[in-house]
Amino acid sequence: MSLFGFLKSRSSAPVARERLQILLAHERVALGPRDLVTILRDELLATIARHIEFDPDKLSVRMDRADAMSTLEIEVEIPSDKIATGASRIGPGAQASAA
Amino acid sequence: MSKVIVVTSGKGGVGKTTSTASLGAALAQSGRRVCVVDFDVGLRNLDLVMGAERRVVFDFINVAQGDAKLPQALIRDKRIDTLHLLAASQTRDKDALTTEGVERVIGELRNSFDWVLCDSPSGIERGALLAMRYADQAIVVANPEVSSVRDSDRIIGLLDSKTLRAERGEQMDKQLLLTRFDPARSSSGEMLSIDDVLEILSIPLLGVIPESKEILRASNIGAPVTMNASAGQARLAYLEAARRLSGETVPVAIPDEKKTFFTRLFGRRAA
Repeated sequence: MSLFGFLKSRSSAPVARERLQILLAHERVALGPRDLVTILRDELLATIARHIEFDPDKLSVRMDRADAMSTLEIEVEIPSDKIATGASRIGPGAQASAA
Repeated sequence: MSKVIVVTSGKGGVGKTTSTASLGAALAQSGRRVCVVDFDVGLRNLDLVMGAERRVVFDFINVAQGDAKLPQALIRDKRIDTLHLLAASQTRDKDALTTEGVERVIGELRNSFDWVLCDSPSGIERGALLAMRYADQAIVVANPEVSSVRDSDRIIGLLDSKTLRAERGEQMDKQLLLTRFDPARSSSGEMLSIDDVLEILSIPLLGVIPESKEILRASNIGAPVTMNASAGQARLAYLEAARRLSGETVPVAIPDEKKTFFTRLFGRRAA
């Protein structure tokens, strides 16, 4: 610990600023006006999560609008070992719908 | 042309009522007709801060429901002729306020006053939404503290979506009033700086009110700090904020830094 370590420990404002910036970036998306991409992202997340265990941060939904044609790009990164888990998770669901 | 302004914050205890009273008194001192309106049904306090708690006969809900006429319910300030108060009901349920009732009362106030300052209840419930609904612009009151800044961000989102102006696709002007600011603690890095808060909330700055003993004294005696003759910093900051509100260009004076022993030694090292 440096000689002025006690001064550094007083300086909590930068921590506050950073925590707020990260938190509000998330809350503005979650609570703000929902655009098409946000709605699609949420519904895709719910659908995929029903069948495959994956990290929500690994889903990217991008929409490029142009005059002639727009494209919707969906990219999901799934660890290879989770695909098998996914198949077993479909099981109970299928049984439930059959019953 | 009359202006309806909502003073709001989300979080409680940051200074909405104090700011409504102080800005209202400051605006009225220059001869403009001002009405401060308490929207906090069941927990009214603007009457107390204005020193008019024993003069409330009729309130907002009486007028909204047609039990009293607006002029009967308006309380004229004894110190400033052009300053009036419309108190909230202390005994009624919060649901007694209806959208139609509020719209009608605000409409009537517009006809009689240059400025209508609506003191919002805290929270994001019905009362807070009604207080902002018919406003032309908003003053967002915040303290340099994480929970207050987060709630202010939420309120800004509501101002941009739940007000009549927002629903019509019009711009809702919002300005930040940063209260309880402590320059020394901010410069030593213990407290969010003015720039930090402005950068996070990204709305223009109306004013910075320093943490001050004058404020408590003002509410103790029921006289808004801007009515006081003494030249305290909080009073000056409110007076300047009121001038900015009425369109004057007044540079924001950052309150003097009362330097502590360490900041004097090391300057802004920790900031």
